[in-house]
Amino acid sequence: MHTLVFDGSFQGLLSAVFTVFEYKLQQVQLVTPQQPLPLFGNRQEVITHTAQAQRVWNGLLRYISPEARQQLYKAFLSEQDTMPQILLTYMQYAFAQQAAVEKNFSHPAVLAVHQTAQKVHREKHRMEAFVRFHLTKDQLYYAVVEPDFNVLPLISEHFEKRYADQQWMIYDARRKYGIYYDLTTVTAIEMDFNTSLQQGRNIAAAYDEKEEQYQHLWQQYFAHVNIAARKNTALHIRHMPLRYWKYLPEKQPAR
Amino acid sequence: MNDRISEKLSILADAAKYDVSCSSSGSKRENVNKGLGNAAGGMGICHAYTEDGRCVSLLKILLTNYCIFNCAYCVSRSSNDVKRAAFTVDEVVELTINFYRRNYIEGLFLSSGIFKNADYTMERLVLIAKKLRTEHNFHGYIHLKAIPGASNELMRQAGLYADRLSVNVEMPTEQSLQLLAPEKNRQDMLQPMHYLKTQILQHQEEKKTSRHLPLFAPAGQSTQMVIGATPENDMQVLLMANYFYKKMQLKRVYYSGYVPISNDNRLPAIGTPVPMIRENRLYQADWLMRFYGFAAGELVAPDHPHLDMDIDPKLSWALRNLHVFPLDVNKADVELIMRVPGIGVGSAHKIVAARRFNLLTHDHLQKIGIAYNRAKYFITCKGPGTLVKDYTPLQIKQQILAMQHSKYQPNFSPQLTLF
Repeated sequence: MHTLVFDGSFQGLLSAVFTVFEYKLQQVQLVTPQQPLPLFGNRQEVITHTAQAQRVWNGLLRYISPEARQQLYKAFLSEQDTMPQILLTYMQYAFAQQAAVEKNFSHPAVLAVHQTAQKVHREKHRMEAFVRFHLTKDQLYYAVVEPDFNVLPLISEHFEKRYADQQWMIYDARRKYGIYYDLTTVTAIEMDFNTSLQQGRNIAAAYDEKEEQYQHLWQQYFAHVNIAARKNTALHIRHMPLRYWKYLPEKQPAR
Repeated sequence: MNDRISEKLSILADAAKYDVSCSSSGSKRENVNKGLGNAAGGMGICHAYTEDGRCVSLLKILLTNYCIFNCAYCVSRSSNDVKRAAFTVDEVVELTINFYRRNYIEGLFLSSGIFKNADYTMERLVLIAKKLRTEHNFHGYIHLKAIPGASNELMRQAGLYADRLSVNVEMPTEQSLQLLAPEKNRQDMLQPMHYLKTQILQHQEEKKTSRHLPLFAPAGQSTQMVIGATPENDMQVLLMANYFYKKMQLKRVYYSGYVPISNDNRLPAIGTPVPMIRENRLYQADWLMRFYGFAAGELVAPDHPHLDMDIDPKLSWALRNLHVFPLDVNKADVELIMRVPGIGVGSAHKIVAARRFNLLTHDHLQKIGIAYNRAKYFITCKGPGTLVKDYTPLQIKQQILAMQHSKYQPNFSPQLTLF
């Protein structure tokens, strides 16, 4: 049994896969430094190597479609502990079969990757829906989210295309980093943001003078499109799960 | 000033909420020249959901709820004693832009009561769309309600700025329309629909030879009809929908379960429950026609003109056609697998893709994510676990019903009798 310790990044994972093939390792277990190490067997540190990672990444395209490859990345962003191991199994299977294995839904790893990618995709879609920008005094459109999965890398392009003429930032309060668009490019920014701003307190101090008005209008609109005779709370919550409410102005009490 | 906008928004959102369409998908409008907005994604985004569970993807408002018409089913009808309001062109533009910039919405759905006449009203709707596109470089989604009776020239301009246009037929049959909206007539509604269809087709033709042609209603046309206010059966409704899909090439037909809003002896009384199940069944049937290859005549027919209330139309079809089943999932065509209750389009394609690698067992099917407890009566696969017994349709139905618990159970009784 070989234990490979990689740094937890996607590049690191691909480097580990490269190592597995390079040394023809059998029975490999992938762990990150945060995870407990198994007691027995060989233990080896994997150094993250961009060129090696790229070779694995490009190599996949010989057998699987670009969409299927993207699914591997999406599944990785689920941050599930078991996922690196499943991704390794999937890639070993793809390289061994030398075939478009992504459609073999009877294979456990293929199915797991497919289903996890689907979940991450759903969360990505929800974040495209539930990001709510607040306009600050310095004309930055600022939003805070706490997605279940690490989806900021997946939504970046969507917002870049949509809001090409405004400066914006989306901050992931759980993972303590954000993406920032300066009218030219999107960059990732790491920081520990003062979270009291996020709760919408102190709104007058930090936000544009019109901000409160538009939040109020939106609340007003939201209240008036409801048809009371059709009330269906279960359906409402199914579509708009409670965990997102704290960042949605329409679910805050009217000020 | 702000209070006034807020009040107008309340009144005009209230009045527009009975329009069912909220789709914001299927357009091809890309953000160019670093403008604002993008409606090219293909998939629409629902940004919020009302407490009744309907999606909010567009700022759906009326330009005004003043109206010269007096249609019995409409809150804004002229004889109704409600507060009236009207937005200015700039107010709608500002609201749309500011809501869009904050990612509240995908764009604008603009409808209107008729003030003065059709052209006067339509002109203002078009002006708003034009301002958004030309002055604000806005590429979000715009759905305009085409006002029956407006000139062709205005319709053409609307097509140039909007992503989708719709003309509501309101009632499934001409007789109902005459009863409830005597000032309107069917022909006025079909004429613009027909004109737009011709323009859209012509535009698609020209697009083949010239690449820089501006877009024309890229997300097509839709319509809606009110269900449950008048005595039509589901067959009449679905045949009407079928006509719109086939002959008018509409993208969507919406069904709006009548919400009793006025005391009018031609209509169900206030307090009559909204026919939500029936509406839901119609959407299911509509879905089957558009994505599953079902013909309207397979779902409803003269000897069963209504969709079943207690089971969905696909299960209902399967039970009437047990001779087609059981299907061998390892062999049957994908079109047939899609017809199995409990297997959707996605799962059907997965099954067909996966069986090239392995003969599928019931275990595989369950993991792929089909509703196996439903499907098991209609399929065979490799290995044990398939249930091919000679059940009667009634037995299958009862077993399936016993597994589900619908909070709408009391509503499963047949359609309300109104007349």
